[in-house]
This record gives sequence, C-alpha cells and structure tokens, in this order.
Amino acid sequence: METIIQGTREGFWLICNLDAELLQITRLSLGVSLTALIIAAILGIPSGAALALRNVFGRRFWLNVIYTLMGLPPVLAGLVVYLFLSTKGPLGEYQLLFTPTAMVIAQVLLAFPIVCGLSARAVMALPQDVYDSAVTLGASRRQAAWIIIREARMGIIAALTTALGRVIAEVGAVMLVGGNIKGVTRVLTTSIVLETRMGHDARAIAIGLILLMISFLINLAILLLERGSFRDDNRIQIT
Amino acid sequence: MRNRKGIVFLLVALMLFSVCFAVGCGKTETPAPDQSKAPAPEKVLKMATTTSTQDSGLLDYLLPKFKEDSGYRVDVIAVGTGQALEMGKAGDVDVLLVHSKAKEEEFVAGGYGTYRKDVMYNDFIIIGPASDPAGIKGSTDVLDAFKKIANTQSPFISRGDASGTHNKELSVWEKAGIKPEGAWYVETGQGMGDTFRVANEKKAYTLIDRATFLANQKTYQLEIMVEGDKNLFNQYGVIPINPEKFPKVDNKGAEEFANWMISEKGQQLIGEFGKDTYGQALFVPNAK
Repeated sequence: METIIQGTREGFWLICNLDAELLQITRLSLGVSLTALIIAAILGIPSGAALALRNVFGRRFWLNVIYTLMGLPPVLAGLVVYLFLSTKGPLGEYQLLFTPTAMVIAQVLLAFPIVCGLSARAVMALPQDVYDSAVTLGASRRQAAWIIIREARMGIIAALTTALGRVIAEVGAVMLVGGNIKGVTRVLTTSIVLETRMGHDARAIAIGLILLMISFLINLAILLLERGSFRDDNRIQIT
Repeated sequence: MRNRKGIVFLLVALMLFSVCFAVGCGKTETPAPDQSKAPAPEKVLKMATTTSTQDSGLLDYLLPKFKEDSGYRVDVIAVGTGQALEMGKAGDVDVLLVHSKAKEEEFVAGGYGTYRKDVMYNDFIIIGPASDPAGIKGSTDVLDAFKKIANTQSPFISRGDASGTHNKELSVWEKAGIKPEGAWYVETGQGMGDTFRVANEKKAYTLIDRATFLANQKTYQLEIMVEGDKNLFNQYGVIPINPEKFPKVDNKGAEEFANWMISEKGQQLIGEFGKDTYGQALFVPNAK
C-alpha cells in the first residue's frame, strides 16, 4: 500500500513538473490515436450507414463479421500488421515497421470495426418515420440518407468515443509494430510497461494518471459539444 | 442547421487537434541545429537488443555519446534475444546487440549477419528470498544450487521467453541433469525486469543478469544467493545485418556502431558505466 501512495504522490509531482520526454510521449500518443480515429471515422461511418440502410449482398454476414472484429485482440491486430510490414512481408519495401505510421495502421484496424459496427447499430435503431417524413418533405434519397445519419449522431459520437478509448489505452499492438523506440514510437501505454519493467513505479503511475486525464478531458469535451448540439427535448424523461 | 453541429464539429475539432499534434511531434523530432555540420538529414540506425541492456540504463548512457561521434541516432527495440534474432533474420533492423553466443554464431553462419564480435560481458547470479528454502546462499556452484532448488521444490521463476537469459538458464538445468517441471517452476514469458518483479512477489529464486539486479535492487527484497561460477558468464556480441541478403539495411551505420562499441573509447565507456551509482561496473568490456 505504501508503494501505491508513494507512487501516486510522486506521480502527481511528475505531472506538475512535466518533463520534455513525458510531454513528447503524450503528444505522440494523442497524435497517433486521433489520426487513427479520424481515418476510422471517415471509413467507418459511411460504411456502417451503408450496411444499415442498403441491401448490400450478404449484409447480415458482414455485420456479423464487423461485430466479431469489434473484439479483435489488439495484439493480434499488431501481429497481422507486423507480418505485413516486416521486410519479409508483402508491404516490406515501404519500410514502415517501427514507425508511427505502423502504429496508426494497427489502431485503425482496431477502431474501424467499432466505428462501423456501432454506427450501423445507431442508424438501424432509428424509426422508419425519419426516412418517411424526410421523403414527404421533398428530400432526395441522398438527402434522406444524410438526415438519417444526422439523426443517429448521438450513437455515432458514442462510437467514436468508444473507439478512441480503445486505441489510446491499447498496448499490445503498438508495442509490437512500434517497438517502443524512445522519442520515436514510445507512447503512454508502452512507457508504462517499460517503467514498470525498470522498477520505476512512480513514473509508471504518473504516466497512467496522464492517460486517465486525457480520457477524462476528451469525454468532457464531447459532453460539452453534445450539450451545445442537442436540445433537451431529445432526452427521454420520466414524468 | 444547428443540429448538424454534432458530428461535423466533432470531426473538425479532432482533425485540428491531430494536425496540431502531428506538427508538434514533427518539431520535437527535428534535431537541434548543429553548427558544426551542414543540416544533413538525421541518420537513423535501428538496433534490436535485449531488455537487459535497456532496463539497466546502459544504452541511455552510451547512445548519446555514439551520436556525438557518428551523427547516428540509434533507435532501440528492446526484446528478448530470441525475438531480436528473428527481427535480424527478417531484415527489420540494421544491427543486433544480444547475448546468446551459440545462437548468434548460428545466425552469422546462416548468412544473416556479416560477422559477430565480442563486446562485453556481465554475469548472471541466482537471487532468492532471505529465508533461502533451498539452503544455497553463499555457494559458488550453480549446478549444485540448481539441484538443491529442484530437490526441495523451491519456487523458481523462469523467463520462459527464448531470450539469452532463458537459454542460459536452460543450459544450466541441462548441465545439472534436471528437467525443470512442476508447480515450483514458473515461466513468466516476460523481460528480466518483469521476471524480477514476479520473483520478488512470489519470494522465489530466479536467474538474473547482474546489471538488471543492481538497477532494481532497491525496489525489491531478493538477495544474491549464488555468484562467481564460470557457468554464469554472459557474453554480449554485436552483429551487423548482412546487406547482401537485405539491401535496405544500413550496413555502413551498423559497421560504424559495431566498430565504435569495440573501439578503445567505447570499451572504456562501457567499463565505467554504473561505477558512480552502484560502486561497481555493470558490464565488463572484453572486445578483442
């Protein structure tokens, strides 16, 4: 218990005196995970909506695949990316292994199924009236589809939050494809592993606290955004 | 159109966010302006090595000095020797610094490396709890100590990760004529620092390199049980990856690194590392 208290105290102290290395690691963590999230969003939201709305061939099967991949073990995603990017692998000539790009690729692999699957669910949960009334009001098919996605935004935002939470807290994949190289591919989670291995418990706790604070701030930002964007009558109220 | 804000605004905000960070990261990676040299792009060498060299702090001490001399920034990927050799066999790194002599020689014979040179050694020690259930404290005979641990079924933590340390441990069991099996023999499958932690929690014996032990000594309670046996010698070698097999590797840099490590200066620096902190050197330079 003493170690934990001591470590937490030292941890807070370290955060107050953020050194350049911790700052750089934090920036890289955010940079990699947010980039992965944006790519996953650009690919995942439209494909999720398409799966939900259109009669794509084998739609149920694809949804099932996506739902399965939502639980893809990070270290397996890492291994697949590793094997593809390794010099021996099919994409070896691009020399991407042990770079932040490789980490982004692995995280996209983890975030895409979540964004796609949860977006599809959010869209499917909407009542038929949304489409019907849009069409009645003179919307084209394309416009109606956009309205539907817009109406599902709460679920889609939840999907993005979930995906970001997953990738930024993930260690197995980035350790494998990034290699935890100091100043290049070392992120918050791999630092925690390294500091623990080196017996620097306080530093490990400090980095863990930074990770938690980032999650908290991101969720806070989303909460504030939601407040600005949703009218209160959207909420179910028990009267 | 207030409603549209939700997703669009969020996406835009995220994009701005990550662009800022990408720019920020880019800035930190740019090397500080060097007046003595033209602004040549930073040269980067990729090295796979063992967790022991990283966890002991040796590389944090040596690599900045190597960069001063050569201009190469060395990117370190610290894994077990087994995995490091595999990375070398795939041509994913430029140079190896590992400790499993037989496997390294096999590696070079297979054409994956251009040569292998001795750099330094440290020694392994057996550490264990002060209660010493197997009664081996103070012994200098590692084979006898291993036999006693097995006979008393005292808990023993093994790396179990095909690393240099793990190979060394297995070779000692083999020499002692014991097949380590049973509830007392625990394999962690992790690096030395992690394994030390597990052994400490379980009050068990483990085989550890002296560098990792000294660096973590204050954090944990285990004590030195057996040291000074020749069987516990731990030789490190440096191997540049063969450019004929993997044209993309930076062989020039790898050779420069290997030569620097075995140079008079490199050897002297290795011999001094740890003296101020631990009162003894962690690695003994022995390049020929």
